[in-house]
Amino acid sequence: MTLFEAILLTVITASTPLLIAAIGELVVERSGVLNLGVEGMMIMGAAVGIAAAITTGSSAFGVLAAVLAGMAMAALFALLTLGLATNQVAAGLALAIFGLGLSGVVGAPFVGVQREGIGQVAIPYLSDIPFLGPVLFAQDPFVYAAFALVAGVSWFLFRTRAGLVLRACGENHASAHALGHHVLRVRFLAVLFGGACAGLAGAYLSLVYTPFWTSGMTAGRGWIALAIVVFASWLPWRAAVGAYLFGGATILQLHAQSAGVPLPTQLLAAMPYLITILVLVLIMRLRRGGVAGPQSLGQPFVPDR
Amino acid sequence: MSTPLLDATGLVKRFGALVANDHVDLRVMPGEAHALLGENGAGKSTLVKMLYGLLQPDAGHIAWEGRPVHLPEPRAARRLGIGMVFQHFSLFDNLTVAENVALALDAAEPVPRIAARLAEVSRAYGLPLEPGREVWRLSVGERQRIEIVRCLMQDPRLLILDEPTSVLTPQESEGLFVTLDRIRAEGRAVLYISHKLEEVRRLCETATILRHGRVVARTDPRAETAGSLARMMVGSEVAALRHAAAPPEGPVRLSVRGLSVAAEDPHGVGLKDISLDLRRGEVLGIAGVAGNGQEALFAALSGEVLAPRAEQILLDGDAVGRADINARRRKGAAFVPEERLGHAAAPRLALSDNALVSGHAASGMVRHGMLDRGRMLGWVDAVTQAFDVRKGPRDPEARALSGGNLQKFVVGREVLRKPGLLVVSQPTWGVDAGAAGLIRLALLDLAREGSAVLVISQDLDELLEMADRIAVLFHGRLSPAEPVAGLTREAIGLRMGGAA
Repeated sequence: MTLFEAILLTVITASTPLLIAAIGELVVERSGVLNLGVEGMMIMGAAVGIAAAITTGSSAFGVLAAVLAGMAMAALFALLTLGLATNQVAAGLALAIFGLGLSGVVGAPFVGVQREGIGQVAIPYLSDIPFLGPVLFAQDPFVYAAFALVAGVSWFLFRTRAGLVLRACGENHASAHALGHHVLRVRFLAVLFGGACAGLAGAYLSLVYTPFWTSGMTAGRGWIALAIVVFASWLPWRAAVGAYLFGGATILQLHAQSAGVPLPTQLLAAMPYLITILVLVLIMRLRRGGVAGPQSLGQPFVPDR
Repeated sequence: MSTPLLDATGLVKRFGALVANDHVDLRVMPGEAHALLGENGAGKSTLVKMLYGLLQPDAGHIAWEGRPVHLPEPRAARRLGIGMVFQHFSLFDNLTVAENVALALDAAEPVPRIAARLAEVSRAYGLPLEPGREVWRLSVGERQRIEIVRCLMQDPRLLILDEPTSVLTPQESEGLFVTLDRIRAEGRAVLYISHKLEEVRRLCETATILRHGRVVARTDPRAETAGSLARMMVGSEVAALRHAAAPPEGPVRLSVRGLSVAAEDPHGVGLKDISLDLRRGEVLGIAGVAGNGQEALFAALSGEVLAPRAEQILLDGDAVGRADINARRRKGAAFVPEERLGHAAAPRLALSDNALVSGHAASGMVRHGMLDRGRMLGWVDAVTQAFDVRKGPRDPEARALSGGNLQKFVVGREVLRKPGLLVVSQPTWGVDAGAAGLIRLALLDLAREGSAVLVISQDLDELLEMADRIAVLFHGRLSPAEPVAGLTREAIGLRMGGAA
């Protein structure tokens, strides 16, 4: 395995949780809900995931528990913002903080417990292709799942009627309601899906990426996922590009550090975040005159009856 | 006598203390063109929303072809054969025409097949549409076509149209009437909601008239005059205005030269090379269908958006194009924006605070940085008295006032300052006839006293009644202003559609 291959492999593992969380949030925002609590749902997924995996000894069960934990957090958010029509920004921030705190409690008994991570699944024959094989076809199941999610969400949003209704709820909830679509139901399901994805991304962190629990281990990835959705202008395949851009920047700065680039390590470590901000600013400048996201994004909807 | 297609009896709908519909009966026969007439706020939209399943009645029954029905949601109404064209379009700007249609159909159908059917229906009814275009690229008339076509694709027995011509040019309206005649010739019934009496007399053979949520008359509009219908709607004589025959010849107060402003919002319309002159004592009307740059024009004149160069806007000969709204107020200008709640007035602030919001620069309510509450309240009292603003407490929150009363307040707040220039956008939008008459009279009086008044309005009748000269705004360009005496509705209508 060459150094280049090794770098590519680490880029993929760094990018996958971002991609999974971003694709979930993308669906949520397409339905018109802004859930800023991705970080909280993700870290709850990480904590509950490893807790369940250690307790039961089954990684599959851990993943399932992580997904359910993310959905439970999302359901709480939905109760506040859809059921009670509270401010989505405030509720999302509260969810992020709440998740960080609660995950510390859930994860406390498991601090320092090491376990075997979920291994890679090599696809027969394809993984034997030189260079491309190990990079593309000998990954852990989450990497395949991430791309299946991107393809599935893209197909769902732009090829199915349910996806059309979901986009309509995000564009103009009053009109969608007037046509008889159940805006709150659609948004509830979207928020749950977003929670499931965030939980899955969290499980990736604690069961694959670094297979043990430390509090705060999401390290701001939930916030980056939010930025990726905007970067992607709410298009699934662009979200994949964004996730890999950020994941790539993260890994490259690590290699730059070890290669002894004459810059303070703190500055290098901040690079991915700086790049994200820079790219977002550039995109906002370039897109003047274009479409600026779902038009009902972040607005609470209360049907009048 | 045959069975009525739709028979609603004793419908009641309350919103809090307001009874929007008070035991309303409505009967539509098969194939009939039935008008639902009434002032703004008479309860027409509430009634049809109940018939379409969007609102649930608090009491009363709805029967369809003699059988009682329950309409929990629009889908149920559509299944019976009720289609609805909304007043404020229920369209999605960023989706294509075909996607918009697909959203209104109950059966899942691939979008390409819908596009094919759409092309077929739109050809059959003479309503040309391109299925693949995004809605925000279309004109208002084209948008309404989408609404109508997507109703027709469901083969409705009853088509409800909620004020369909309020956003159309006279020519576009004429096209709509031709389509409606064709729809009726196929035996479909039409329930036509409007407050435009001539249209109703042309189209409908039955009319139900609502006032304050109650049915006050059922009549054949063809046997009535526009005047007698208006009396039934309003309940009293409507005051008619007279304006002076010859346009005033005072000195120019406001002058705009070659003003171009880019649109703020990506789907909005900016201004292109606008020039106009407004004299003392004159009322200048700016006609045009909504969304042709009215917002940008108001923003540029008021100073909410600055002009590229100062000398593009002259107020009494001084270049004010780069001056902000307060600087313009200090020079004697006043502004009343279109949106009364949220733009002209802050909903949760008391009226006295709202008086301060526009008056702080020029009416002495602030002294040495401190508020003079007595003066603010005195101002509220003065406006209340002069404009007959009806309210409960002396100084309520702005949102507690009804639309008409709040509009009287925000117009009165500026008019009482006797500004040298008043720019007002949609002064009587959504306001009942009594309040509208009062506001128009106040604006005319202001002009007669020597102020210059610029009225931006979509209501052509209002402009013809008030203005000395009228210019038309289309796609951000302003036609030369011409004296009203030499203008016909048709000529203005053509310009509103960009044809001349």
